[in-house]
Amino acid sequence: MNQAEIHQSPRVASVKSLLGVWIALIVGTGLTVGVTSFDLGAFNIWIGLGIATGQAILVALFYMHLRWDKPFNAYIFVFSFAFLGLFIGLALMDTSQNQADMIPDFGAAESVAPEMP
Amino acid sequence: MAEMHSTDHNPDLAPHFETIDQQRQSSRLGMWLFLVAEILFFGGLFCVYVIYRVNQPEVFTFGHQFLDKNLGTLNTLVLICSSLTMAWAVRAAQLRQRMILTLMLVLSFLLAGTFLGVQYVEYSHQRQNALLVASQLAPDADIPAEVQPEEAISASVEGAPDEAPLEAPMVEAVDPGVSMIAPAAAGPAGLATAADRLAAQAERDLVNVDPAGAKTFFSIYFLMAGLHGFQVLLGMIAMLWLLKLTFQGAFDGGHSIKVGNTALYWHVAVVIWIYMFLLMYLID
Repeated sequence: MNQAEIHQSPRVASVKSLLGVWIALIVGTGLTVGVTSFDLGAFNIWIGLGIATGQAILVALFYMHLRWDKPFNAYIFVFSFAFLGLFIGLALMDTSQNQADMIPDFGAAESVAPEMP
Repeated sequence: MAEMHSTDHNPDLAPHFETIDQQRQSSRLGMWLFLVAEILFFGGLFCVYVIYRVNQPEVFTFGHQFLDKNLGTLNTLVLICSSLTMAWAVRAAQLRQRMILTLMLVLSFLLAGTFLGVQYVEYSHQRQNALLVASQLAPDADIPAEVQPEEAISASVEGAPDEAPLEAPMVEAVDPGVSMIAPAAAGPAGLATAADRLAAQAERDLVNVDPAGAKTFFSIYFLMAGLHGFQVLLGMIAMLWLLKLTFQGAFDGGHSIKVGNTALYWHVAVVIWIYMFLLMYLID
């Protein structure tokens, strides 16, 4: 292994950053458990998801080396979440807007219609 | 190959790559694409979770009471520690620190094993409480409420064979003062004392008064947690493989891409668990 190859080798994470992220992850878990033990109504889940996403970003940036990687890898990762959001969002839209009777009385009127005259 | 790459005799360089750096970038890109597939795969399961939860929120707030929040927190911390050791293993491989690399891989393996051990404890709790997938929930559903606990136990013993083929073989209940082993929910009364049976029956009654769809929660829980556990198992196998390579000196040249890619896979498993812990254990 010559000197040139060592220069080519990827960025080495410092022990300080490894331990720093580790502490942040532990604190984040403690915060999540703490926050969700209070009843904040609908906010609970959003605060929890926010902290979890913060933890995920820390892991991705430092432990998964995205901060030093080629940006293309990060684009792939971020876009996968964008498409996941689209997928879950559209599925939820159907769940929230679907009704047993989408166009009121449409089917009923048709079945009644032939007997009208 | 040597004549094709006369300038480079690096044994780590595959013949179809120009440089080590190009090889590393390609390998990493491939790993990231795999991880995206993994995220979308779990995304489908999270979508199932979200839709069922929106439709029947009470089922989830009821069902999650049967998960042990303390064990869940413990498992989250265990996985976070394993994430640290895997990230550190990558650093050690890059710096050619064979001893530290070995130590970190062993620690990661042990932490992953701890995670699965705690999961096993949880699953056996839920198994005892008949909180398995939908088809096995509420095995005593057609026992009239006024039946005494002792009779209910014997009734469930009679009903056991056709609903739980995987349960332990039938055992005649012997002297009720012999053993402290609690009965399995859908199985025979076993050797439990009368007091144990009463306690177990009380737990089952609690389950039986649940909203009709509580089984939905545990079907989704076991689907997601089970697949995640399988992912952890695969990660452990990969760690063993890395340990073998380490002992063979494969990383002494600083060519750490295999450690790096396994670590990427592991970190995704940890992040998925962080979300699952929030969505399964910490809902009110």
